[in-house]
Order: sequence, then structure tokens, then C-alpha cells
Amino acid sequence: MDVTLPTTVDEAVSARADAPDAVLLAGGTDLMVAVNAGWLNPTAVIALRSVAELGQWRVDGDQLVVGAGVTYERMLREGLAASSPGLADAARTVGSPQIRSAGTIGGNLGTASPAGDTLPVLVALGAMVELAGPDGRRSLPMQEFTTGPKRTALAPGEMITAVRVPVASGPQQYRKVGVRNAMVIAVASVAVVLDGDRRSVGVGLGSVGPVPLAAPEAAVFAADAVDWSAGGPVLHEVDAAVRFGELVAAASSPIDDHRSSAAYRRLAIGVLAERCLRTACAPAVGEDAA
Amino acid sequence: MTTVETGRVTTGAPPSGAVGASARRPDGGPKVRGEFSFSGDLWSDGMVWGATLRSPHASARIRAIDVSAALAIPGVITVVTADDVPGSKFYGLEHRDQPVFAWELVRYAGEPVAAVAADHPETARRALAAIEVDYELTEPVLDPEVALAGEPLHPDGNVFRELWVRKGDPDVRGEFVVEGTYELGMQDQAFMGPEAGLASPADDGGIDLVVSTQWLHNDRDQIAECLALAPEKVRLTLGGVGGAFGAREDVSLQIHASLLASVTGRPVKMVYSREESFLGHVHRHPGRLWMRHSADRDGKIVSYEARIVLDGGAYRSSSYHVVANAACFSAGPYNTPNAVVVGFGVRTNNPPCGAMRGFGAVQVCFAHEAQMDRLADAIGMDRIELRILNAMAPGDTLLTGQIITGALPVADVIRATAALPMPPAASSDPMARPGGAGRTTDATDVVRATGFAVGFKNLMYAEGYDDDSHAACRIEGGVVTITCAAAEVGQGFVTLCQQFGREILGVDDVVVAPADTSIGSAGSTSASRQTMMSGGAVEKACRLVRAQIVEQVAASSGADPDHLAFAEGRVVSVEGPVAVAVDLAELTAEHPYEAMARHQHRTTYPLDADGQGDAHVSMACAAHRAVVDVDPELGLVRVVQLATAQDVGKVLNPTAALGQIEGGIAQGVGLATMEEIILVDGKPRNPSFTDYLIPTALDMPEVAVEWIEVPEPDAPFGAKGIGEPPVISSTPAVVAAIRAATGRPLVRVPVRPTDIVGLTS
Ligand SMILES: Cc1cc2nc3c(=O)[nH]c(=O)nc-3n(C[C@H](O)[C@H](O)[C@H](O)COP(=O)(O)OP(=O)(O)OC[C@H]3O[C@@H](n4cnc5c(N)ncnc54)[C@H](O)[C@@H]3O)c2cc1C
Repeated sequence: MDVTLPTTVDEAVSARADAPDAVLLAGGTDLMVAVNAGWLNPTAVIALRSVAELGQWRVDGDQLVVGAGVTYERMLREGLAASSPGLADAARTVGSPQIRSAGTIGGNLGTASPAGDTLPVLVALGAMVELAGPDGRRSLPMQEFTTGPKRTALAPGEMITAVRVPVASGPQQYRKVGVRNAMVIAVASVAVVLDGDRRSVGVGLGSVGPVPLAAPEAAVFAADAVDWSAGGPVLHEVDAAVRFGELVAAASSPIDDHRSSAAYRRLAIGVLAERCLRTACAPAVGEDAA
Repeated sequence: MTTVETGRVTTGAPPSGAVGASARRPDGGPKVRGEFSFSGDLWSDGMVWGATLRSPHASARIRAIDVSAALAIPGVITVVTADDVPGSKFYGLEHRDQPVFAWELVRYAGEPVAAVAADHPETARRALAAIEVDYELTEPVLDPEVALAGEPLHPDGNVFRELWVRKGDPDVRGEFVVEGTYELGMQDQAFMGPEAGLASPADDGGIDLVVSTQWLHNDRDQIAECLALAPEKVRLTLGGVGGAFGAREDVSLQIHASLLASVTGRPVKMVYSREESFLGHVHRHPGRLWMRHSADRDGKIVSYEARIVLDGGAYRSSSYHVVANAACFSAGPYNTPNAVVVGFGVRTNNPPCGAMRGFGAVQVCFAHEAQMDRLADAIGMDRIELRILNAMAPGDTLLTGQIITGALPVADVIRATAALPMPPAASSDPMARPGGAGRTTDATDVVRATGFAVGFKNLMYAEGYDDDSHAACRIEGGVVTITCAAAEVGQGFVTLCQQFGREILGVDDVVVAPADTSIGSAGSTSASRQTMMSGGAVEKACRLVRAQIVEQVAASSGADPDHLAFAEGRVVSVEGPVAVAVDLAELTAEHPYEAMARHQHRTTYPLDADGQGDAHVSMACAAHRAVVDVDPELGLVRVVQLATAQDVGKVLNPTAALGQIEGGIAQGVGLATMEEIILVDGKPRNPSFTDYLIPTALDMPEVAVEWIEVPEPDAPFGAKGIGEPPVISSTPAVVAAIRAATGRPLVRVPVRPTDIVGLTS
């Protein structure tokens, strides 16, 4: 097996041009599972760990740029977590300490599982996914990036370099239901992002559709239901959270599988959404504040 | 997870490595450091790799098998099918009804059809894909009730066992009657180290096999039969075992690897992938159980009826005896004067089921404990009081009419469990709530509740089986070596051997020789039996050596043999006129002492047509109290604490005993809340640890333990086997607590979020 270790994005892109069948390796927490199970038999590997650009994150004005090689463990650390508490919340739910140390946001996007934990947050944040390929660099809105279960809009030879999201200006929440209390694939998950600067609400849903979904109607409803003028966002009426949950559930299109049923997923996504909004709009109390 | 240990352990601190002390496991350090060699790590020069082709269908006729394309792949050395099995074409733990390779029919998804040997695991994998099997699909029979009445799926028929147990008067009824139907899904043992072994052809035409197993000698006999070899030409050595829990009682790759080694003349290594492991070993029997109890106004049980149907899958494995345990212990450890019970073990086209920790007692305990709660509620009595009122004690009779002669402190374990401290109030850490790391649940979404359950089970084999174990003890240069074929599967038998050697012979250095078939059988590491059976044999062998030394020292010194003691590597006189201080290292430097011993338990007898008879040796009981936090809206559960008092006879090693209790509770919590092999058309849908979920550290509750030490007669140092009770009543205690939190009946385990929120169809 050929292994290439590029140090720049350009090198990585040209390495791919040289070996079109090569697979990109980031943390390997998805890729190696596939190799060990015999689903994938790569003949060449381009290992991205040494590409410095991918491992960086920075604040660019009111935008946060997170390199594709940033691990979950780093998303949990202070600077990054403060700029994007939603991503930190999602990172905290991922796997085990070992997986969080190795797994990256770029790998989560590359796999594009409807259950990938950062994906609903990126949807809720209206993220742009930054790409580099033989034809240069471009970026795509998150919702155009995922095209189906484990399918993306990446063109041949293209790779993810970073995601670009607004720096947090309000509460962000991510909640995930699985069938055990840790190390579990989401059965349903919700991200709710309150953007105080723009007075808008973003919603992203995981595991309730072929791709991570937005819930635009619910998001508009919530933005109207929130009183932005107070110290932090509060709900005009507490019951609005319930209605929000219903609208989110209506926006989902879950299926039955061996992990759960469509009916449960729909119920859970509504409950989670209701709780996200309720908590995001609650006066800060102890540990429960986002 | 934290552990609160409140129990009295022993009086007076024993020497650090002796009986009663938390002696360290000899394999503990290497395992923690990642240096322990598991059977998956085996290696031999010139070895090749074996792999198994399995049926993807639950039921099919095999029209033809074409291996030519596989044989043509460079690196493929051989492909074997049923035609190549020189001896018996069938094997089985207790009854040989399972083909080594299917040739006419496949009866479950995952059944072996062929095996290959190749120079590389990847080549072997490609060879499997190149074997062409022409299947004609037939409709699988997946419902045991249909199989009971239907066409036979096998020449032996579809009923592995139908066991009736009748006690007292079938017609009397108490004033209060409760009934219910309960179901359990298929649990897997989910051990960490997949099946692995290395078979090498020997110069004498025999086979040397290193393998992970629970019972070397039984494997040896099955291999010998299938390879048409004399048993002594098949020599087994225990490889490093990564857990067992019953799943290694049946043969998996042993015969295939040995056959490939014999055909190729080369060492053959086989290691299952995780998926193949799920297909390649038996599981816990799923069950459907109907029970009806009646009691009088005071809460005394008057009558009990039950119909127990266990799905044994395609082959018999240990179904026959699982049915016996289920039926015999189905009323729980409660005095039940009048009973009519029928237990069925049924053949279907589902994956074969057999031994798993708890062996039939787990299924019935889930049902009888739900019944006890219903009965107490119907009478308007306290649930724990009802259990104490009906608790069995020595002198009482089992459903089988057998009088309990050993220790069985049921009321004590109930009272002690109920008295253990409750856990602290809800934590402010969201990770500690239902949903855990998913942070689904705020403090206001949580309901806390408590459940209680009691269970019991027999220890060791039953129904007239002539069970024994052999062990040898040798002391040379002051170092004791214990030899015994008992399989160390993680339970700590090797530690116990060392403790017994130290206790009896007063030396520190006790070496446990590798377990192999050069000595007599030790029986299986199952049925909570090795501490009592092989521990009994080791104790005897050590005592025989001690007696030889005492005789020698007394003769040479003139001391009274009764005045001699063994301590700190010496034989010393503790009283009397003659001062003795003989250094054991010196005494045994030139002249080793050794002895061999065989241990048997008292005779048991078969059950008669009414299920009556002295079929069991010893009994052990435990109680569990579960405290759970439930998020009823999302159906999520966090088990907060399990408190348990267990009847252990005597604690030989507190750390090891605690390990058994915590591990058993983990499996019990798993069955209660998540563990199930999901079958679609008879095929396992989740054969991976991505989807077959077992508890993580965040799912594991705090454990509070109290030991109840009532010595068991005829057991080494009075100790009982302790491996199974922790898994029996922990499941019903957790489910009772979830019922209390939600008000839902929850008659099936695992309890899924959909059950709790009421979305189950
Ligand atoms: C035990 C375990 C638990 C897990 N738990 C979770 C969980 O709770 N939540 C969750 O969401 N996931 C989970 N995962 C899945 C996995 O950890 C994540 O999807 C992770 O983000 C993958 O990142 P990686 O860096 O390891 O990717 P890799 O495995 O290296 O790559 C994954 C895919 O992305 C491609 N890729 C990687 N980098 C790029 C790039 N820069 N541009 C284009 N394509 C790229 C690769 O070619 C590959 O196809 C778990 C995995 C395991 C093994």
C-alpha cells in the first residue's frame, strides 16, 4: 500500500491527482473500521495529519474557521468551545476519549453519515464547507454539501479544508438520543442555535432523514417567539417551546431501522428541540446553562 | 462507577496472598499492560490461516457446492466441506446433532458450510467469496410455537425437551390470583476476545490445539470423534481467554481448525472477526413465559402454574439442561406448595442458543419477580415483606420435591439488601442523568424510582451427571506448582489456586501450570462450579502433599503431627515439647513431594415424569435493589445504583468476588436496558459492537455490596460459586424500578425507549 504524507493542501491535492484511487486518511476512526471490516480495500492512502493548514482554527472577524483536521478533543477546549459552544456540545457526545482524540470534523463531513454529530450543528449554524481541488478552492453551503446518506457534493479529487461558521452570539444547544448513555450512534439529535446578532434561530436535525435536515419553519417560528431585547433571549410565552418541538418533529422524515422506529425518532426529535429552546431561553441556572 | 462495600469480609486479616485476602491475579499486570497473550495472538512458523464459509440463509437446501474457483486462487491451500470430515459428521456439547459442515440443509443463518486454509487471511477471505453454494431457499420456522406443532426441522424433532414439574395439589387456589406473560430477547455473551485458536499437526498423526475454551476435555472428545482419532492423539492447551460467559462451552472453530491442520499438514490459525463471533457461538435463549400465582390474604403463596417456552434455535447445544433449570427454579426462592410447570426447549431456524451465565434462571427470574410484585400489589402488601414471608430456607423443598440441605439464606439476603444505603440524591452533572453524554435530559425531566428482586439457582451440574475434577500439586525447592485443566476465562481460578497453595502449604511461591489435557478433566468453567469442583480438587491435592510433609517431618523430628503448622515457608511446631523449624525450600530441594486428587460432589438423580427428584447439588441466592432515574418523555434510563447482598458461603478473595458481582450486574443491566440480538428473517441484524450495545462506564451504576457468609457444607473453605447470582436478579430489579418510574407494565426485556414512551406496536 502506498502512503503519502503531504504537508500542504496543494501537495495533498496533487497527490490525489497522481493517485485517483487513493483514500484520504484523517483520524481513521471511520476509515479503519471500514478497512478492518473488509468493506474497503485501499491500495493507496493520503494521510492528512501533517497538513498544517487543516489542523488550525481561527477567528476571522465574526466568523470562525475550523480546519478539517481539528479533533473533537480540541473542539472541547476553551477557545474553540467559547466561539462555538454548539460544536463543543456535539463533540462531547462523540464516542469515547480515544475517538475524540483521533476523530476530526473533516472526517465527520467526509463520512457524511446522517448520524454524524457535528453535522446538525453545522446545518443550524448555516456553515460553509470550504473545499480544495484540482480546479482550485470553493465553498459550499452545508446543506448542499451532503447529498444523501454517506454521499457528498465533493467533486473527484476534491477535499475538505475547513468549515466556516459565525462566532457564537447567543446560546447554542446540541442534544442527542441514543440507546445507551455513551459511545452510541444517534437515534435522533437536534442542534438549536440562537444568533443574538442577527436575531435569528438555526435548527439542524440528525438521524431523522437521509441527510442532516434544517427545519426552516420551526426556525422562523422560534425567532419570532424569542424576545431578543432582554438581557439574553427569553421566550415571550413558555408554551412556544412546545410548539417549536412540534414544528421540528414535522420537519423530520425518519425511518424505521434496527436502531429505532420512525415514530420514536419523530417523538424524540420534538422533545429534544423543545428542551433545547426551553433551556436556551431560560435564565442561566447552574450547570444546565448552555 | 463506585463501589460501596459494607459487608463483613473476614475476621482477622489473612496473610496477603492466602485464602480470604485480596490476592492479586497473576495475569492482572500483563492484562492491564497489554502484554497478556490472548489466543488471537498465537503464532507459529509456517502457519496458514483458516476461515469459515457460513450460510447467509436461515433455511435452505444445498443443491451443490463448487469449490473449484476458490482452489484456483493462488495462495489457497485447501477447501474442506462435509465430504472431508473423516469421522463423525456431527458434533454437539451434550448431544451430537450439529453438522461440522452443512451438506444437505442449512438450518440457521451463520451455519458453517465449508472452510479454507490460505497463506494470508485476505486470501482466505477471497477464497470464501469464490466458493459457489447453490441454495434452494425454504421458508424458515422462526416462531417456537409454530415449530412445536410443525414439521420436524431435524431428524431429532423440534422439541429438545418438554419437562413437567408437578408438586402438591394442582387444583387448590388462593384468594388472590395474578398472571402475566413475559418475554426476553436474545442476549449475547459479548466477550471481548473473539474465538481464536492454533491447530498444529503432530508427528504421531494427532493434533495439538491451543484454543480459547471453557472445557478442554469436552472439546478434545468432539474433535477426536470428528477426525476419527483416538482421544489421546488430540491434545489441547488453553490459550489466553478473553471472556466466556457460556459462549465457549460449545465448539466453534476447534474441529474446523484441527481438520484443516490435518488436511494441510501445516499449523492453522483461525480468528473470528467480531461479526463472525456473533454468528459462531450460541446465545442466551430468548423466551416467552406465562405464569399464574395465587396467594392467601396473608401473602402466603398457595399455587403456581407456568408455561415456559425457550427458543433453542437450530441445534441442541445445552437446551436440554437450560430447560431443566428454567423449570426447576421458575418459582424463585419461595416456598410454593402446589405447582404445575411445563418447560419447552424448541428447535427453530433461529441461531442456536445454549449456555450463558445464569443458564435458564435468568429468564424465569425476570418473570417470577414481576409476578411477586403483582401479587404483593394485589394483596396490598409490601413487596419486600411478601418475599420475606415466602422465602425458602434449609429444610424447605424445591419445586422438584428436593429438600434443601446446604446453606440458602434467602430472607437474610433480602433484609441485608433492603438495608444497604440508598444512593445520594440526583447529581447536578448532566452526564449522570438518563441520556448521559447525549445531554438529553434536564434535572426537571427525571423521575427516580426503586425496584427489588430476588433470585436463586443451582450450583454445579445436575440430574445425575457424574461430575468430577482433577488436580495435581507438587512442591519442589519450596515452590508449589498446581496443575489443573480448569479453564481460566477471566474469573480468577488461577488466583484461587495460588491462594489455596499458600494457605495450605505456607509458601508464597505458587505457580499455576498451563491448563491442558495431559491431566484428567476439570469439567467446564460453567455452572458456578470451578471454585467448588476444581477448587475442591486443588484443595485436596494440596492437603495430600501437606500430609506427606507432616508425616516426614514428624518422623524425623519426633514431633506430634498435630503440633505442626505451615507458615512463611517453614514447617514449625506450634506446641509440644519438640521444637521444629524445617525450611520447606530445603526439605523439598532434593526430594519433591507431589499428589494428585479427584473431587466429586455428592450424587444427584434424574427427575421423574413429574419433575421430582434430588437433581441438584447446591443452591445460591442473591437479592438486588435497583435505583433508576428515568426520563419518561424520551424513554431513557440511567441506572443509579444496584445494591446487592449475596449468599457466597465464604469470600475467598474480596476483590475477585466484587469483580464477579460488578460484572454480573453489568450484564444484568445490559439485558434490562439494551442488549439484544435483533433477528430479521432469522438473521442477526446487529452483529457488531456498533449495534449490539453493552453497558459502558456511563451506564454502569454504583454498586453496594453485602456478603452473606454462611458456609456451604462440602465446599472448599465453605465457599460457594458466585458467578451467576449477580446476573439473575439484577435485571428484574432494574425493570421493576423502571415500571415504578413510568407506571407501564414493561413485560419484555430489554426495555427499549419505545416501550417506555408507549410507542411499541
Ligand atoms: C468507536 C467509535 C465511536 C464513534 N462515535 C461517534 C459518535 O458518537 N458520533 C459521530 O458522529 N461519529 C462517531 N464515530 C465515527 C467517527 O469517529 C467520526 O465520523 C469522525 O469524525 C471521523 O473522523 P476521522 O478523522 O477519524 O475520519 P477518517 O476515518 O480518517 O475519515 C472518514 C472519511 O472522511 C474522509 N475524509 C477525511 N478527511 C477528509 C478531508 N479533509 N476531505 C475529504 N474527505 C476526508 C476519509 O477519506 C473517509 O472517507 C465513531 C467511530 C468509532 C470507531
